[in-house]
Amino acid sequence: MSGKIVGVDVGGTFTDLILLGEGGGEDGGQVSIAKVPSTTDNQAFGVMAALEAASEAAGATLSEIESIVHGTTTTTNALLERKISKVGLITTEGFRDVLELGRRTRPQPYGMFGSFEPLIERDLRLEVPERMDADGQVLTALDEAAVVAACEALLARGAETLVIHFLHAYRNPAHELRAREIAQEIWPNPYITLGHAIVSEFREYERGTTAAVNAAVQPILDRYIARLRGELGDRGYGHDLLVMQGNGGTVSSRIVTEEAVKTVMSGPASGVMAAAATARQAGIANAITYDMGGTSSDVALVRDGVPQVSSELELEYGIPIHVPMVDVHTIGAGGGSIARIDEAGLLQVGPESAGALPGPICYGRGGARPTITDANLLLGRLDPEKLLSVDRPVSFDQLRETFERELGEPLGLSADAAAAAVLRVANTKMAGAIRMVSLARGHDPRDFALFAFGGAGPLHAAALARELSIPRVVIPARPGITNAIGCVVADARHDYVRTLNQPLGLVDMDQVTAIFDAQIAEGHATLEREDIAVEKVVTLHSADMQFQGQTHILTIPLPGRRLSRTELEGLFAKAYWERFAVELPEIRPVLVNLNTAVIGHRKTVGVEALSDDTLRGTSLKDSFIGERQVWFEDGWRATPIHAREALPADAAFPGPAIVRQMDTTVVIPPDATLSQDGHGNLILTLNRAGSERTGG
Amino acid sequence: MTIEKDSALDPVTLTVIQNGLQQVCNEMDLAFSRSAFSPVISEANDRSDGIYHRDTGDLIAQGDLGLPVFVGTMQDSTKAVLAKIAAGDTAPPEDGDIYIVNDPYLGGTHLMDVRFVMPFFHEGTLFAWLANTGHWPDIGGAVPGGFSANATEVEQEGLRLPPVKLFKRGKMDPEIYAIIMSNIRIADQRIGDVKAQAAALTVGARRLTAMIERYGKTTVDEAIVELRERAARRMRAKIATIPNGVYKGEAFVDSDGVVDEPLRIALTITKQGEELTFDLSGSSPPCLGPMNSVIATTRSSIYLAMKHIFPEVPINAGTFEPLKIEDPEGTFLYARYPRPVSGCAAEVSQRIAEAVFSALVQAIPDRVTAAPAGTSGNFALGGFDPERGRAFVMYQISGGGYGGNADHDGLTNGCSTIGISKTPPIEVTEQIYPVLFDRYALREGSGGAGAKRGGFGVDYKVTLRRGEARASFVMDHGRVGPPGAKGGAEGAANRVTVIREGQPFTPEHLSKDQGIAIKAGDSVAVSTPGGGGFGHPFDRPVELVERDLRRSYYSLDQAEALFGVVADPETREVDTAATMLQRSKKRP
Repeated sequence: MSGKIVGVDVGGTFTDLILLGEGGGEDGGQVSIAKVPSTTDNQAFGVMAALEAASEAAGATLSEIESIVHGTTTTTNALLERKISKVGLITTEGFRDVLELGRRTRPQPYGMFGSFEPLIERDLRLEVPERMDADGQVLTALDEAAVVAACEALLARGAETLVIHFLHAYRNPAHELRAREIAQEIWPNPYITLGHAIVSEFREYERGTTAAVNAAVQPILDRYIARLRGELGDRGYGHDLLVMQGNGGTVSSRIVTEEAVKTVMSGPASGVMAAAATARQAGIANAITYDMGGTSSDVALVRDGVPQVSSELELEYGIPIHVPMVDVHTIGAGGGSIARIDEAGLLQVGPESAGALPGPICYGRGGARPTITDANLLLGRLDPEKLLSVDRPVSFDQLRETFERELGEPLGLSADAAAAAVLRVANTKMAGAIRMVSLARGHDPRDFALFAFGGAGPLHAAALARELSIPRVVIPARPGITNAIGCVVADARHDYVRTLNQPLGLVDMDQVTAIFDAQIAEGHATLEREDIAVEKVVTLHSADMQFQGQTHILTIPLPGRRLSRTELEGLFAKAYWERFAVELPEIRPVLVNLNTAVIGHRKTVGVEALSDDTLRGTSLKDSFIGERQVWFEDGWRATPIHAREALPADAAFPGPAIVRQMDTTVVIPPDATLSQDGHGNLILTLNRAGSERTGG
Repeated sequence: MTIEKDSALDPVTLTVIQNGLQQVCNEMDLAFSRSAFSPVISEANDRSDGIYHRDTGDLIAQGDLGLPVFVGTMQDSTKAVLAKIAAGDTAPPEDGDIYIVNDPYLGGTHLMDVRFVMPFFHEGTLFAWLANTGHWPDIGGAVPGGFSANATEVEQEGLRLPPVKLFKRGKMDPEIYAIIMSNIRIADQRIGDVKAQAAALTVGARRLTAMIERYGKTTVDEAIVELRERAARRMRAKIATIPNGVYKGEAFVDSDGVVDEPLRIALTITKQGEELTFDLSGSSPPCLGPMNSVIATTRSSIYLAMKHIFPEVPINAGTFEPLKIEDPEGTFLYARYPRPVSGCAAEVSQRIAEAVFSALVQAIPDRVTAAPAGTSGNFALGGFDPERGRAFVMYQISGGGYGGNADHDGLTNGCSTIGISKTPPIEVTEQIYPVLFDRYALREGSGGAGAKRGGFGVDYKVTLRRGEARASFVMDHGRVGPPGAKGGAEGAANRVTVIREGQPFTPEHLSKDQGIAIKAGDSVAVSTPGGGGFGHPFDRPVELVERDLRRSYYSLDQAEALFGVVADPETREVDTAATMLQRSKKRP
């Protein structure tokens, strides 16, 4: 076997694929890349097309490929578009509306408009007599005949999948387990989800919704994966297909459907995994990842080489998903964000977006309102040639005229100055949003690098870093296919959560170890069931803790599975101080959850292989492709443009400059210096980080 | 290039500084709720942070994540602190000081809302004030939690603090702290909230310092003045979209908790040019019980209602300028010492907002909904758990239905108009307290009928498992449900039933009572209001009524009586001919 690896990610617009030759790229094996339009109805078509394009380029056949790792938006899209399966619910008597009532909220702090439809319609939510108390004691025995009747009624009403969700099942799952045994006799398919099985954590609305999400997407994912496996098999692919999960790890396609909910939001997670792996190999421990797209941007925090994980994500209003996922925050600003003058005469950028359709003016798809992308174009940051490559080209003069009319006149500025103002406002606003989800949680920006990718990330990265006082920016070799790279670098990963919720003083520390051991055993068993090649298995443990009386929790990474009470107390106090700068010896700590991640490390993929050295030049003359006027904070500057693939390996120079590559444009402002790190990354070092105003 | 200190202000820098000031406040909000102890603050976000003018106390910026009822109230309390300092009643500020104050009559709400006010110095001179409010779970007084339903003077409601320095030059004064802690319940956990509340202000000071150093003091100062003017301009532009005219709205508070008579809020809004005038003078006189509202709360209730209608307008003192609120002297909406006020922040404020909605839905029906449930649904249960050998106080807050509107049906179980708080999970409540929920359900039939119906309230029943306890309620809309708009019907009224030894008991004041003794096995059942309907119910598409029937949102009888829709009792399928007949026959 020759050991080629494929990572393939389906995004909203494009399906990206990377094929790494023998040795996973360590010995400079060949790299092929394909970018084809995504096929929304059946993503498998796009995947197969990309696979064919890349293998043709590499002169490889499918039978030579050792593994394919796939990131799919099938489940995320199904949920967002509500094209989900018909789910039936069996729940504790008196509580069928928990999933519709939620936690008493509204979609936004101000404004009394807004609505919500639960994932399971009310006539498909049935109750059976049964009840546990908070200690897991049975108060009402499970009415087994009622379970049978409920299953039959749900099937008669057309339910395809089933959720069994009982109060306090995280404490004692006996009734859920028994109800499943009964249901299995009747239910015509294996789509039965138990509330406690996905996440064994208290909070009935969040746990139940997570289970409902799982059931809602199970058949959809199952059909998709079966189709894809079939297609791959037909073309001679005989190995396993791995699927990306929202926790940034992979799972075998043979068992992925059991916990289909874990594939939701896996796209952004794989981007962060690629960023973390790249940063780690480049010797960077702490990074803020910034993926700027057309309508929004994704931000995540990598600490000590590990992406932060959260179990409290909300897919949209009223749909919390409480499984551990890479903590990616979406900011409502992207290239398509619209700039306008508000009633007070102030320039505002976003939150309205032109999206992909009609898109920015310069896309020539009918967009008529100025956007961030248009401003970048007017200011020479994007290649003006781009204007010509669209269907119905918009002239530079038209663009300038729009900026002048919509923004310049009300502000008393020229079109260029108005475009510059748009970037300045956009950058301060984006930087503020980034701060809220990263640095404002108790981190020192000087310890971080800004890892920028996505089509527009590298355009804004230097300005954002300066705004955030982050001293340097890292731009990977292939910023436009980061998610696909995340697929090839990701490890197999399974997460387990167990609620304890006891004052630390009363916790039996041997029981803690026993719980961790059980979680480890479960993880190993799952890895075995997956039967994929892993080089080594690593476990990560953490504890969710709080002070008595608090409701929010802090996750504390733990050094191992066995530790003393004093040790744990000390770790919590330290973490609390780092996060909030408050010491509270007066109050008792509580151990809420114990978490374990079991990670099967796959073969390491060297990111150096991602940069193609064949086109490298020997001097800057080789990469120089021209000069154009580009606007910076101090005005227009004649700015050299370089082709990234032709940059000499040791090239380093101060800004202003623009480095262009197929999938992105990197702006190097006059006060930054560009260098390369030998791992294929560009490094921008800011000369006076954070000491002056935002430029562009 | 050097930092352009003290440069002239340009319009772009103005936006950048606007975003920057907002960011400072948002970071304070974040710091406060993330490290706070009290779930009321950390989970329910019952807190707010802002920046205030150094001389006038005017609001400069306020966090986006703050509790709506605090819109504008802290500028009143900051002004009150400044007045006390000017009068020599309170010591002047020094760097590192933090004043604590909760006096409702000094620009406050109720006693539980404790404000910290910190002078912010830059290079030795006072630049601005930073202030925040946090709702403490207890402040002493007759009942745990502070919501005494039948207090007749403020002293019964808890400890009242004039502005005093809790922190002096960065150090907490242990003597003042000891006095406070000796007067409140569950005092041992308060240190966590005090530290969090102070730490949030410190975060704000650090961020504001960075901003001033970057843009220059003069520039920031000029921007603050200019932004105030711009915010006023923006609000004026919004007001200009309302047709000129006089709009009347009203709302009723069930009772004051002591005298069983409704309190009337009579509001006349006059729209002229780019200003709105709010006249509340026809409202009921001051009441004996705790449903009086201090003027700061009355004003902020109007501000928050307007912010709900125009959410895109930023909040600062300028925003409020075109809103002319005449002092409603002689009414219960202008309470003076020693009138009890515990109900003003949670309930009366929502009635005032409802009166604003009911007036303006006539003028701008596309921007305003029919009345929402509009009660916080406070139910407190205090008792002793013999198994764990400890006293407890449990709070259950509830949502209700929102009003139908021009665009869609109202939201089900939305949070209070003035809040953004979530209810605690049942599984958490049952872990902590000796109670068991019998049901937690959607309240069928509660949404007011309309072309767009109101959202539904909640219907729950909870039983005491062990020991004895006392139940207290501060809710509203028990007498009449939230009114509909444009021909829509009202939502169901709030209902409280206490079941003692199998016998149901309804509190005399329907939605308010205090200290009802219950024993193990007794229960409390609460049904919260549905939202008002919008538009005539006969205009509701038949297929939506059929869907509502399938979901058992309404009974067959209700479908026929309210919506004029006749359906088969067995299949629940609509009889089209009978429906057409019914609708044409009954419609005037």
